[in-house]
Amino acid sequence: MEYETHDYDVLVVGAGGAGLRAAIEASAGGVKVGLLCKSLLGKAHTVMAEGGIAAALANVDDRDNWKVHFSDTMRGGQYVNNWRMAELHAKEAPDRVRELEAWGAVFDRTTDGRILQRNFGGHRYPRLAHVGDRTGLEMIRTLQDHGVHRGMDVHMEFTVVSLLKDGGRIAGVFGYERERGRFKVFRASAVILATGGLGRAYRITSNSWEGTGDGHSLAYHSGAELIDMEFIQFHPTGMIWPPSVQGILVTEGVRGEGGILVNKEGRRFMFDDIPEPYRNQTADNEDEGWRYTQGDKSARRPPELLTRDHVARCINREVREGRGSPHGGVFLDIAWIRKRMQNSEEHIRRKLPSMYHQFKQLADIDITKEAMEVGPTTHYVMGGVRVDADSQMSNVPGLFAAGECAAGINGANRLGGNSLSDLLVFGKRAGEYAAQYAREHPRPAFDLAQADEAAHLAVQPFEPGRSENPYTIQHELQGAMQELVGIVRQENEMVTALEVVEKLSTRAATAAVHGHREYNPGWHTALDLRHLLTVSEAIARCAIERRESRGGHFREDYPEKVSEFGKVNMVVRKTATGSMELQRVPLAEMPPELKQVIEENK
Amino acid sequence: MAQATFRVWRGASGGQFHDYTADVVPGMVVLDAIHQIQATQAGDLACRWNCKAGKCGSCSAEINGKPRLMCMTRLNDLPLDEPVTVEPMKAFPPIRDLVTDVSWNYTVKKKIKPFKARKPDAPDGTWRMSQSDVDRVQEFRKCIECFLCQDVCHVLREHALHPEFIGPRFLVYTAALEMHPLDDEDRLADLKGDHGIGYCNITGCCTKVCPEEITITENAIIPLKERVVDRFYDPVKRLFRVFSG
Ligand SMILES: Cc1cc2nc3c(=O)[nH]c(=O)nc-3n(C[C@H](O)[C@H](O)[C@H](O)COP(=O)(O)OP(=O)(O)OC[C@H]3O[C@@H](n4cnc5c(N)ncnc54)[C@H](O)[C@@H]3O)c2cc1C
Ligand code: SF4
Ligand code: SF4
Ligand code: FES
Repeated sequence: MEYETHDYDVLVVGAGGAGLRAAIEASAGGVKVGLLCKSLLGKAHTVMAEGGIAAALANVDDRDNWKVHFSDTMRGGQYVNNWRMAELHAKEAPDRVRELEAWGAVFDRTTDGRILQRNFGGHRYPRLAHVGDRTGLEMIRTLQDHGVHRGMDVHMEFTVVSLLKDGGRIAGVFGYERERGRFKVFRASAVILATGGLGRAYRITSNSWEGTGDGHSLAYHSGAELIDMEFIQFHPTGMIWPPSVQGILVTEGVRGEGGILVNKEGRRFMFDDIPEPYRNQTADNEDEGWRYTQGDKSARRPPELLTRDHVARCINREVREGRGSPHGGVFLDIAWIRKRMQNSEEHIRRKLPSMYHQFKQLADIDITKEAMEVGPTTHYVMGGVRVDADSQMSNVPGLFAAGECAAGINGANRLGGNSLSDLLVFGKRAGEYAAQYAREHPRPAFDLAQADEAAHLAVQPFEPGRSENPYTIQHELQGAMQELVGIVRQENEMVTALEVVEKLSTRAATAAVHGHREYNPGWHTALDLRHLLTVSEAIARCAIERRESRGGHFREDYPEKVSEFGKVNMVVRKTATGSMELQRVPLAEMPPELKQVIEENK
Repeated sequence: MAQATFRVWRGASGGQFHDYTADVVPGMVVLDAIHQIQATQAGDLACRWNCKAGKCGSCSAEINGKPRLMCMTRLNDLPLDEPVTVEPMKAFPPIRDLVTDVSWNYTVKKKIKPFKARKPDAPDGTWRMSQSDVDRVQEFRKCIECFLCQDVCHVLREHALHPEFIGPRFLVYTAALEMHPLDDEDRLADLKGDHGIGYCNITGCCTKVCPEEITITENAIIPLKERVVDRFYDPVKRLFRVFSG
């Protein structure tokens, strides 16, 4: 078949923070850059980020520096992070944030006119550069508006269906444009995956329709290794009522600004369970916690700002033990601060404008006056494409990954705010190294038979005689993952989940789509199923294999941490026969200087 | 369970309305109904959405004739004893069902001179701004690019002056840049010329539909118009400029 074909040196798949930052850097490297995204430009997940960007600028607390940020990130990730990525991230994030300001981003300010930083879970000092609670919008708009003047070509509403190869190396991508449903081929010397997360594998999620794990799955099917897939972040505070808004995120910034979690008895249950590694840094009374949120440097942080995995489990426990709120969550209360400050209502509206708006409009709740009802929601995946820390290249030559679809920096649990900074730091690095790779290698050749095969598979759902509804399959998969591979896991349930995935894969192969190829969401849903099923299988397999509890991965049958598992990552790859293979791979030895940094910041 | 009828536009220009019945649950928004119809009755019903929380500006449509975000329009705010009509924005070429071709907006934006930072204030290459300066531009920077204001503006919707007028969204964008505490660029000549600010006759319709509650007319357009007038029509200033070169 013949396809409309485009040629690039560097092709970036995904226009969230990571993809945009990568495309900007690759363009600066003097090569021809193409940028693809499934939605319109500026609508990627990054736009929804609320709380802020973590960077040790030390504008609010001068005790902060990269070493503290590095140690916080490693502790949060329970030490199975890629330490080199955590180090680069902590060192480079401040420059990446300042660069955004130079490109026009406007952050909230300190009284002396510098970038203001706020408190967030697991960060020792106020560290998140922010603009109210719409930091992601500021970031994506800044990158987008800066980027379009840098010479890159943007192809919006284009979905990559498979990666093309030239022998062992990457050669480009194949996919369809939404509007007319036409197939296109993009040839490129280097491809950067920046496709974000996979929250749509679960029923309750903060993620949009885009979060179907495409990059994870595309990489896997083209021979790249994935790691840490068992580590899923369930954000403790998603909306739970009314049903229509279930899963929508309530930013951690609410707690950063003094919001507290209480059960139906009015008890601040987070004080009841403070994990050992955090005991020294956590307030043991309400007054100290409040003073911390108001910038008192001698105070320790309130337990609501412990890491997300822990807070989510505590909420889960309250609900299970019958102390939950009417709709099966707990209460998140920011209105209470009126006891501590005048003008509290105005203060809340100014600090958390979009949360105010969101609850007012969608739940008929005025958060300046009443408590919110919240519960855990599937939010983020720590696992992803295994990459080289410095260059972000995967084990497939020419294939890079950055942002949420790459793995390593977060280990077993991500700290809030560390994603936006990750996108900037590693987006830039991926762009830089991909441009270098493209300059050093000739344009690849490839056999169009690969595209023909992908095209053939892609149009199968239109063939007559099929009956499976792709939406139903997606829904059933989400239900199974939610129930069987959720916050609290058990071996037998996860084995059942694998069986469900297998059955659904068979059914997905006969999914039927009505109508034609032009802007047909039924077709898009059918094609995304392969990715969702692939990542679901990877999550379940890794989660079964890690027989311990750590970070985002909690096993009821193995509730403790096991030191042996603290030394390995789970690596997933596709075998020659097409089956999924799992391997425990030892972590790289941390250099003594970094060990010492961690020791000093214990 | 309670049900409601949704009269949804199907097809492109030559399309027609089609009635669907959907179950109504508490708190439901129009986008939920569209999703329900997709999943159970019309798998190929085309619409855009991402965040489902009024943050991304993807799900713009006309609901009962009003430009609104589908994800922020609650069913309990609509009369459900009659069909709820849902149709695409009218100021842009239709693609299919609820999806329109908004690419013109991206082209327009690229024509506006980008942000240009003044020299850094501090030796370390950073700037100082006060929170009050920041607050002034925040209103404009909240824009989620839903293009509902573009949809409602008669200059674009009725007169189709797309080639000559950038529309309220991009007047807001220009205001955000012009009032940015660090920006050093000058966009007034463009505003008066190619960007056609003169076409706006301050009807205020754009402000009324903005889901982000940006006071587009009073806070963005009028101040820009005043700046243009000051620069190009104030005789004293013009004379001054002639003499000072
Ligand atoms: C509500 C919410 C609030 C958050 N708040 C914060 C916060 O305050 N701080 C923080 O650090 N993190 C936060 N996060 C997490 C953070 O926003 C995300 O992890 C991050 O934005 C992901 O960025 P990304 O660039 O990796 O991918 P995304 O922004 O998800 O972008 C993915 C891109 O890839 C494209 N794509 C995907 N698949 C394909 C395909 N097959 N073909 C073509 N294109 C494709 C998509 O269209 C999109 O453009 C939040 C997340 C959510 C949901
Ligand atoms: S005020 Fe101006 S820009 Fe806004 S709708 Fe009216 S004419 Fe259009
Ligand atoms: S100004 Fe308001 S209505 Fe116009 S695009 Fe922005 S958010 Fe939408
Ligand atoms: S889906 Fe994002 S604004 Fe409606």
